[in-house]
Amino acid sequence: MKASVGGYARAVDLRHALDLLAQGDGMARVLAGGQSLVAAMNMRLSSGDLLVDINHIAALKGVTREGDRLRIGALTRHAEVATDTLIAQHAPLLRKATDLIAHAAIRNRGTIGGALAHADPAAEFPACVLALDAMVHVDGPDGARDIPAADFFTGVFETMLREGEILTALSLPVAEEGEGQVIHELARRIGDYALAGLCVVRRKAGHRIVCISVGTHPELATAAMDKLDAGDVAGAVAALRDALDPPSDTQASAAYRRHLAGVLLERAIADLNGESA
Amino acid sequence: MTATFTDRIDIALTVNGEEVEARVPAGRHLVDFLRLDLGLTGAHASCEHGVCGACTVRVDGQAVRGCLMLAAQADGADVWTIEGLSDNGSVSDLQAAFVARNALQCGFCTPGMLVAAADLLDAGGAPDRATIREHLSGNYCRCTGYEAIVDAIESVARARTDGGAA
Repeated sequence: MKASVGGYARAVDLRHALDLLAQGDGMARVLAGGQSLVAAMNMRLSSGDLLVDINHIAALKGVTREGDRLRIGALTRHAEVATDTLIAQHAPLLRKATDLIAHAAIRNRGTIGGALAHADPAAEFPACVLALDAMVHVDGPDGARDIPAADFFTGVFETMLREGEILTALSLPVAEEGEGQVIHELARRIGDYALAGLCVVRRKAGHRIVCISVGTHPELATAAMDKLDAGDVAGAVAALRDALDPPSDTQASAAYRRHLAGVLLERAIADLNGESA
Repeated sequence: MTATFTDRIDIALTVNGEEVEARVPAGRHLVDFLRLDLGLTGAHASCEHGVCGACTVRVDGQAVRGCLMLAAQADGADVWTIEGLSDNGSVSDLQAAFVARNALQCGFCTPGMLVAAADLLDAGGAPDRATIREHLSGNYCRCTGYEAIVDAIESVARARTDGGAA
């Protein structure tokens, strides 16, 4: 179908974008890459939106290293995440995730900030940023604030973003010496949403595990992490399966998703250890 | 003065190398602008939610979904459709290989396939069949079963890297 759009405005800078959002009287919506939003509008899941096009705001672009943190602008497109040398070096999990996200033409437009703000439970980047213990930076009518990824995602397509706020960037600690970062998922076809997936980050302080497509929003699998920290892989797999309560749908049953999550954890550990699963 | 919301947006862009100015409705998809306003009906509007790839066109050097980008967003962009890519000969070897290998039947997906394939081959090298399939994973064909399409693209990739004909 065709999108039903109430209006469109091209923001020239962040202040302009925030002013436009404030003018929207609840109907204003940020248009970044548009690869989920425009599809939703085309299917009339959303109509009459007043679109604030943020694609021309230079301050939202670019990847920079700031001390021991990496800052990634919200408008960084998936294709840029895939090829950025700083990301490859300091947050390889994000680069690996781009291999699994949709298709080339989608990756050319979709943005990492949009993926986080959209908070699709089947999306890769939300799980990755939680596994990496990232900070989400937002700006709004009441000023800028920083929200830990652990608090940012609150439900299906729901986040801590308030009305009138814009996600401006994320930042994360650069990978420490010897840090392991892997993502594994299973989809019926290349580029489809995963039936189940997971990210594992191995740091000196311990493991961080976050699943994809098996819950309402990204959450740390703490029981499995504790087992893994203790070197008990079988225990971690059992704990992960025990903790999950995945949805059943036409793609996969809850039991199958729970099974897959355990298989994927085994594969991820083998990957981290440099073995073939 | 800063702009506010409007339901008609003035845009200026180049399409297939020609400068175009237009006033478009806010919700107009890029592919509908190309098809309905400019008469460039090569790119097809099909699923209209980014799944099938029939609307794939080239914007600022990259393959994008014409149904997931608004015409309003194309202000200042350099847009190429299959018409322009056919006229300038940049995909003529791909087109010849598609015909030679029976890589199309009804032809509905072909413009999107060619833009996606060109996107891959322009990156250089000779991608293997798995890479070709991965790159085309966002383009549906309901006729061929894909094998002939992969054959065609693989043969062009080899010919281009060898400097010979497909």
